[in-house]
Amino acid sequence: MNRRKLQNYLGLGVLGLFLFITFAFLIIFLVRMFYMGSSVLSLEFVTTNPRNAMTEGGIFPAVVGTFWLTTLAILVATPMGVLTAVYLTSYGRPMWFVRLVKIAINTLAGTPSIIFGLFGMAIFVNLMRLNISLISGALTLAILALPMIINATEEALRGVPSDFSEASLALGATKRQTILRVMIPTALPNILTGTIISIGRIAGETAPIMFTAATFYSRRLPESLSDEVMALPYHIYALMTEGTHSASQVPIAYGTALILLLMVLSISGVAVFIRFNIRRNRKW
Amino acid sequence: MKSFKEKSFQSITYITSLFTIVILMGIIYSLFREGLPLFKTVSVKEFLFTQNWYPTHSEPEFGAWALIAGSFYVTLGALLIGVPLGLGSAIFVSEVASPKLKEIAKPVIELLAGIPSVVYGLFGMAFLAPLIRQWFNLNTGLNVFSASVILGVMIVPIIASMSEDALSNVPKSIREAALALGSTKVECIFRAVIPSAKSGIIGSILLGFGRAIGETMVVLMVAGGSAQIPKGIFSSVRPMTSTIAAEMGETVMGDLHYQSLFALAMVLFIITFVTNLITELVFLKRSFR
Amino acid sequence: MVNTRISTSGLNLWFGKNHVLQDVNLSVHEKKVTAMIGPSGCGKSTLLRCFNRMNDLIPETRIEGTIMLGEQDIYAPKADVTRIRAKVGMVFQKPNPFPKSIFNNVAYGLVIQGKYSKCDLHGRVEESLKAAWLWDEVKDRLHSSAMSLSGGQQQRLCIARALANSPEVLLLDEPTSALDPQSTAKIEELCLELKKSVSILIVTHNIAQAGRISDYTAFMYLGQMVEFGKTDQVFTVPNDKRTEEYLTGVFG
Repeated sequence: MNRRKLQNYLGLGVLGLFLFITFAFLIIFLVRMFYMGSSVLSLEFVTTNPRNAMTEGGIFPAVVGTFWLTTLAILVATPMGVLTAVYLTSYGRPMWFVRLVKIAINTLAGTPSIIFGLFGMAIFVNLMRLNISLISGALTLAILALPMIINATEEALRGVPSDFSEASLALGATKRQTILRVMIPTALPNILTGTIISIGRIAGETAPIMFTAATFYSRRLPESLSDEVMALPYHIYALMTEGTHSASQVPIAYGTALILLLMVLSISGVAVFIRFNIRRNRKW
Repeated sequence: MKSFKEKSFQSITYITSLFTIVILMGIIYSLFREGLPLFKTVSVKEFLFTQNWYPTHSEPEFGAWALIAGSFYVTLGALLIGVPLGLGSAIFVSEVASPKLKEIAKPVIELLAGIPSVVYGLFGMAFLAPLIRQWFNLNTGLNVFSASVILGVMIVPIIASMSEDALSNVPKSIREAALALGSTKVECIFRAVIPSAKSGIIGSILLGFGRAIGETMVVLMVAGGSAQIPKGIFSSVRPMTSTIAAEMGETVMGDLHYQSLFALAMVLFIITFVTNLITELVFLKRSFR
Repeated sequence: MVNTRISTSGLNLWFGKNHVLQDVNLSVHEKKVTAMIGPSGCGKSTLLRCFNRMNDLIPETRIEGTIMLGEQDIYAPKADVTRIRAKVGMVFQKPNPFPKSIFNNVAYGLVIQGKYSKCDLHGRVEESLKAAWLWDEVKDRLHSSAMSLSGGQQQRLCIARALANSPEVLLLDEPTSALDPQSTAKIEELCLELKKSVSILIVTHNIAQAGRISDYTAFMYLGQMVEFGKTDQVFTVPNDKRTEEYLTGVFG
């Protein structure tokens, strides 16, 4: 009996230890990032161009580049993702086609991001002759975001009680009207949460934009869709691996990483907040 | 009778759905179109099973075995770290933790999932690697071990959230039955709950595997980068993903080196595709819901 | 002399291999309340859902026979389902207002048909809410969420929403089974008022309710229409033994 008791406490202790280690890593990680990053952080850092071969100055072009890449990608991916999810939840016929689409979505979701990068390079950059540009990168990121948005929207639409769609149909609404006026508005907060989470994910992606959009250094801001852009994640990588003044580049890399981290975490913070509010206010 | 608007709306949703299949086909097509021509010059056997990777020599050699092995070493290391941490956390959160701790732990683990991989890479390169070098008295801290630690932590949220789902789907009655028969909490967890959630847990580990083997930035920045079969956990390696990322910039479109990198991507895609398919069909049964 | 609003002849319905409605003949008279009673699973709700073709939503449904709505065969191949549903209002067992404002709930049917201009819409919404006896309770907060209403109010909102379409027939599928006695009484009174302008068909589990509000009663059992007639006649001198047994509580 005593042996079993001991075993019990030991077992629970080990399980708790694993959770503790996970927590501890996160805390060390965050402390390190904030500590190292905050030393270079200033308003000027975010709003000025890099100077002196990346060893001084700010990261403004990278902030702008990441903003445009992410925004364009989401603008492309969201309508496509929502419409696909509508098809899967509301039309869903023929069955073999639905299965095929679902397998395609799950495969895309599990495909490494570097492969999206190669695809973007082969198709957008080379085949369609869009070159290394904002638009090539945004389209590549859109494809990356697509499965996330589809899955989130599908779940959101399936969460809408059938009472609502029945009521709408019984009032003489067509299927399209029911989807557009009842299903999607009811599911909207959840769709939004999913979209925001995928914004956070693609804003931090590096591998897909390496060969499709990103440039190490650009003196000017992107002016058109066909311009190369700087981007925060690629900038961090470039600062760490290229150039010769690592003593002055590493702190800038930390600062850039902190900005990226704050951006991504506040974005997912918004998503968590919305989800929390939905759960609290839901009345059906 | 359906009106024109109804039909066109339905068609649009149908076409966007079709697009997901088109994209997948496009990915497969582009990988194979750019990668397959390599095998006119280099045999499949030589590519997969020899280990001299000298793509830029005057007489280039394309033996990718060391790169493939490098990917598996690092991924295995990541699983050795990620599985206990992820699964242990999931079990603790789902079975032991108080509701209050649960409420904190879940978003914290989700937070880990939101950190961009390049930031993990920076952390590994600028913080963890120097520490490892110091502690173990090495020439460099950029090696299998450091990469595995960072990758391991990266896959914790995947494994934790999916196996937590599997665990919480285990009916309460199974726990009650085990406890009523006089088992301790730990016996109940390991003999009753985990066996019932087995397929979901294995599925989560397989997804973690797929994520780790496909991860680029962390291994590119932290694994060291020498194309050799690692001799130990402190050797430097060059996994497939980091080879592609590091070398693509040096290639000329359409040359042998370019083709060989696409061929590597083919190998990587096939590995993740098969892993995914097995996970979805056998362990999670999601695609056919 | 009473006019027939809905009549079915030789109606059969299958869900897959399940023969749910067997050779049903029924006439719903204009501006009367017709109650359908019977034990659970007897097919009364399924029959009700035939009248606005809501059964179309259930896969593998097969239907034979005809249902006439006035002069129109509603299962004719050319019939416009959405127009039929607009003409036949339906209120469900559980109040199911949309998570929109009170105003937008009532306006929904009109807006989707694009029939009304903005000021007409206001008038029509007010009229419908008044007809459902809800106007006084909500006139100051038309734009707050329908979800903030009580259960009974929500159900009357659903009635108002159906009335806004100016339906010829109102189908009520156990409309009070989720409500407290007071709200139930209010909806029963409302039915008596509404029948001045619209034909009402109500499915109910509550025999006493059928007795209180209906002019005609149909008793269904195992997918068959066992008895149909004036309510006082069905309740006092039923023709069929099964009706009598059900009404006296031998089974149910």
